[in-house]
Amino acid sequence: MEAIYAFCVGVLTTCGFFLVLRGRTFTVVIGLTLLSYAVNLFLFASGRLKLNGAAVLGKSAEYSDPLPQALVLTAIVIGFAMTAFVVILAMRSRADQGDDHVDGQMPDQPRRLSVSDKRNG
Amino acid sequence: MQHLAIFPILLPMLAAVFMLLPPLSNSITRQRIFAVSIMLLLVTVSALLLLTSHQQGTQLYILGGWQPPFGITLVGDRLSTMMVLLTSVLGLCAQLYACAGEDKDGMYFHPLFMFQIMGVNGAFLTGDIFNLFVFFEVLLIASYALLIHGGGKQKTKMNVHYVILNLVGSSIFLFALGILYGTIGSLNIADMANKIRFLDEHEQALAKAGGLLLLVVFGLKAALLPLHFWLPKTYAAASAPVAALFAIMTKVGVYSILRVHTTIFGEDAGALASIAIPWLWPLALLTLTMGAIGVLASPSLRLTAANLVIVSVGTLMLAIAMQRESATSAALYYMMHTTLVTGALFLIADLISKQRGKAEDRYVIARKMRYGKFIGIAFFIAALTSVGMPPLSGFVGKILILQATQGLAETAWVWAVVLLAGLASMVAISRAGTTIFWRAAGENTNNEKISPLKIIAVVLLLSASPLLVVFGGAVTDYTNLAAAQLHNSVPTVTALLPGGNE
Repeated sequence: MEAIYAFCVGVLTTCGFFLVLRGRTFTVVIGLTLLSYAVNLFLFASGRLKLNGAAVLGKSAEYSDPLPQALVLTAIVIGFAMTAFVVILAMRSRADQGDDHVDGQMPDQPRRLSVSDKRNG
Repeated sequence: MQHLAIFPILLPMLAAVFMLLPPLSNSITRQRIFAVSIMLLLVTVSALLLLTSHQQGTQLYILGGWQPPFGITLVGDRLSTMMVLLTSVLGLCAQLYACAGEDKDGMYFHPLFMFQIMGVNGAFLTGDIFNLFVFFEVLLIASYALLIHGGGKQKTKMNVHYVILNLVGSSIFLFALGILYGTIGSLNIADMANKIRFLDEHEQALAKAGGLLLLVVFGLKAALLPLHFWLPKTYAAASAPVAALFAIMTKVGVYSILRVHTTIFGEDAGALASIAIPWLWPLALLTLTMGAIGVLASPSLRLTAANLVIVSVGTLMLAIAMQRESATSAALYYMMHTTLVTGALFLIADLISKQRGKAEDRYVIARKMRYGKFIGIAFFIAALTSVGMPPLSGFVGKILILQATQGLAETAWVWAVVLLAGLASMVAISRAGTTIFWRAAGENTNNEKISPLKIIAVVLLLSASPLLVVFGGAVTDYTNLAAAQLHNSVPTVTALLPGGNE
């Protein structure tokens, strides 16, 4: 279970960071969302993964740590609010700049040499 | 008073909520009066809190009566109360300046401003590292909205960068917290400092990763070298009172590094002692160098001021990297000085840009300013102080930091880089001053008046500098005690855990 869990968190984080590094705001927002999923799963695992553990004292011999769950809840709420904000901001930026690139405009692409350019020098 | 420690958080929060409700929400005049009086009250409360914690020892506020290390605590020790007072004073001045008209450029300026103050105060007062994250988010979401206040292309563009960077930073913060909780098993800063010595070897590696991830996050907030590229343009794009208030934001990062890497990963942390120091030395030196180059290259006064923020962060980081009491004390003195003076410099840059019409604050020849004398004198004082020339507080702060290097292997590096950065700032600032004030073409046609509120705000901020010199003895005594409290963590930490350690 631990290996699959860790693998999932790792994949989510990698995809999140990859998408955050892209140029368009939409992919960046998706990347941030993936990152926050990864974070939530990670925080949840920081109390160790345990099956059938009771969260209330005196109910069982096996306990699971309730604190990470509280932390995840806080992180989810904050992450949700931030995602909403960044979506609105991305739309505002699209309207203000007339482009959905994070810099407001596409960077100048270095021009590829075509066959005729090479021929002319 | 028992509840004093929570007032710096409660007051701005309640004020912000009240300002969103009818009798205040529909009149900007009422909002201004209310907001300024709340800020005055906040300054009083912060000063009281500082005095109480100075005289009666650390103020521990246990929310909900859950004994530490369980539950949430607020810790008002000498360092945190000093930072809260600094925030309140800077906030009051920025608010006064905004009341002269900038607060009408967009909606909800005053409530957002209050939420921002609440977040900053909370980050300083909290004794629990997860709450540090929560208060970071509070101050960040307020700052996102404040940054875009007034609107405009440039602001939106910089805000997109700022928001995305900080959201990634928050994710890394949570990863770090997860790692630290998973290994140490606590999030209370004092409790973590106690437990970190007893980690197994394989847990030590994880905790080290967590600690260094925290350094990345705080480095992003503080604008430490590879993570500082967002700062100059963002601060230059923000409206003046917001930029002035943001002068405290980088200091929140500096404070967090100071707190986490001297209390938790301090000298007593066993195998994990001082893990950040080998990173901090080169990064601080490079930050200072890059800041100095940025100052030299800036085409406008606002960008110069923003790059001076980076210079000050580099200087502070150097002092933290020395990891000794005298250096921390010097850093605290320098922090007070630099926060207030940078705030003033942003306000002055705005005064200048309003007076010069289209030229704004860029270093080009423009018409004469109508209030050239007042602005010139203010600029001269701010420039002298931020460059670190005698007799004002910048000079004292730098001398204290340079003195603290005594006996270190890195002394030569620190002296060379700090002094050269000072020289670069001086060249840049004098070029700025001569262009803006002396190379004028034609008489002024600008009838823009300066509101008395703006003058009060600038004068208040600038008066901090001579006051820090005149009362230098008392202030350094205080910072010495604060630094001692921070570095002798064992008695400090035990005092924060009443009955929590059986």
